[in-house]
Amino acid sequence: MELELEGVTASYGGITALSDISFTVTSGQVVTLLGPNGSGKSTLIKTIAGILRPTRGRLVVDGTDIQRIDPIDLATRIGYVPQQYTFTLYATVFETVLLGRRPFIKWSVSEEELSRVESALEAVGMTGSAGKFMDQLSGGERQKVFIARALAQDPALYLFDEPTSALDIRYQLGVMETLRDLAIRRGAAVVIAVHDLNLAYRYADAVIMLDKGRLVANGLPENVLTPDRIEKVYGVNIEVVRSGNGQFLMPVRQSR
Amino acid sequence: MTAGFPQDLPQPAGVLSLYHQSRARRIALLTGLAIALVCAIVWASCSGTVAISPEDTLVVCITALRDAAYAVVPPLTALVPVTLPDPANPQAALIVLGFRFPRILLAVFTGISLAVAGTVMQGLLRNPLVSPFTLGLSSAASFGAAVAIVIGPALLGTFAIGMGDDAFIILMAFLSGWLSMLLVYSIARSRGTSQSMLILAGVVIGYIFQAGVLAMKYFSTSERLRDLVVWLMGGMWGASWGSVMIIAPITLACACILELKAWDLNALASGDDVAKSLGIDTERLRLYGLMTATFAASCCLAFTGIIGFIGLMSPHICRMLIGNDHRYLIPCSALLGALILLVSDTVARTILSPVELPVGIIMYLVGGAFFLFLILRGRGKGLY
Repeated sequence: MELELEGVTASYGGITALSDISFTVTSGQVVTLLGPNGSGKSTLIKTIAGILRPTRGRLVVDGTDIQRIDPIDLATRIGYVPQQYTFTLYATVFETVLLGRRPFIKWSVSEEELSRVESALEAVGMTGSAGKFMDQLSGGERQKVFIARALAQDPALYLFDEPTSALDIRYQLGVMETLRDLAIRRGAAVVIAVHDLNLAYRYADAVIMLDKGRLVANGLPENVLTPDRIEKVYGVNIEVVRSGNGQFLMPVRQSR
Repeated sequence: MTAGFPQDLPQPAGVLSLYHQSRARRIALLTGLAIALVCAIVWASCSGTVAISPEDTLVVCITALRDAAYAVVPPLTALVPVTLPDPANPQAALIVLGFRFPRILLAVFTGISLAVAGTVMQGLLRNPLVSPFTLGLSSAASFGAAVAIVIGPALLGTFAIGMGDDAFIILMAFLSGWLSMLLVYSIARSRGTSQSMLILAGVVIGYIFQAGVLAMKYFSTSERLRDLVVWLMGGMWGASWGSVMIIAPITLACACILELKAWDLNALASGDDVAKSLGIDTERLRLYGLMTATFAASCCLAFTGIIGFIGLMSPHICRMLIGNDHRYLIPCSALLGALILLVSDTVARTILSPVELPVGIIMYLVGGAFFLFLILRGRGKGLY
């Protein structure tokens, strides 16, 4: 899988949310999207997922323009987990995860589909909740179910829009490990929009920094996440702290 | 993948057997409902001011089927001669086939049509309060039918000589129902097709058509007014084989088309963005789904008048019984809608026989009580 963005410009609600974005993601790579609120991370993810059409530029998946790929075919290659999720009152966890197999299912559900759902549930540690209703779960559990739905879809490119926002620290790390595994073991390309700089720093092969809809940096985490750039983009002073377990970014408290 | 997740409670039965069990339960429930509907049909054809024994009903039905087979394939008359006894009641054939069956079938197909339309509309708009009523469809179909009833004869005389009254009513009801939905859709679309805008537009358009219906009532002659009032009250009074022949194929075709969209409706429950990322053209699905549901519902409403409750409640009751998988939900809702309407109509025409009550009185009471029971019983008692 190779995804190439060439000068992609997109608008959302009549406002240009992305301008002239170009980068490439390949199999086995974890790319995190960083940027302040409203910097265009979600719009970028939706544009890659085929939900929004770019107003200029093009997206190329394995050499083919995304607009020329049949939507069902595209759905077998790209999986998307939104930031905000919707479910109905009587949907069970199992049925929600099964939806990930929608692009492959004609009508009845084969044993193979079922076992894929089962292993997706296993991967996020939710097999015991398979029969529960979605509204009986906590926010974090729901988030895991939606991740499981994408795992069941088993695409070559995963797109996650803030997959850890509702999770406590243990599950944040668990989710990030799972997503990292997708790249390492399944050879998938994984694009994750996150807010937590340290998670991005720790799990990404490459970090793309967005600001006001523009790509301001793309490269190795240590090259992108420099105190200077973070101050410029976020307006926050950061100190890079080195410890025995690597290095992490610590916001410096502003003196009053 | 051995991520850093502690596993939650071990599942006594595996995930796969859970799915198979729930599917078996769902199929059992659908079979049960189908059997109940057949029983209700038999009961309804026996009950009435003149009681007809089940044996007579059976004889009459088999005789009719035999005659139909002979008529279609004439050589059968000689090849497979079937002799049947005469019914004990000499009027049985006329009463059962001439009066009761058209009425029963009208109730069944109207129930199917409204329940399926309601289920699909709720699914498409992800809103539990949506029904043919809330989207303005009922008012629009009323208006179309009212125009046909009140000023139809005059119009027919000049423009459409040879077109029957029934055909004109259904055409008008369909056209106004369809137009209203197009109107609602385009209003909402001009504002970005948010679901709530669609629903609001539906409610408002409903009131505007309601104004038209009121005007028609006010300006009609007393004979036409009577027809119109009876129509608006809703009921199976207008049943005839002619109406069944129009409604049955339309209802079945629309229900099948919508059933084929079951997976897309399931995916839509996860939101438009997720559905799109799963390869579904949500705009198209919503437009075609609404139009198909509207078509089926407005055709039935033209013949039966305003029948509320089923389009709203049947989907809800069925979600509680069978869950949200539209592959099962749509047929379940269809069967339950048919059952509720048929039982209510039969009770309404027999309880104070020979006086008939409007079907709404019985239906709102019986259906409402059943719905309350389900709410109070709570969810997840192992039905699916």
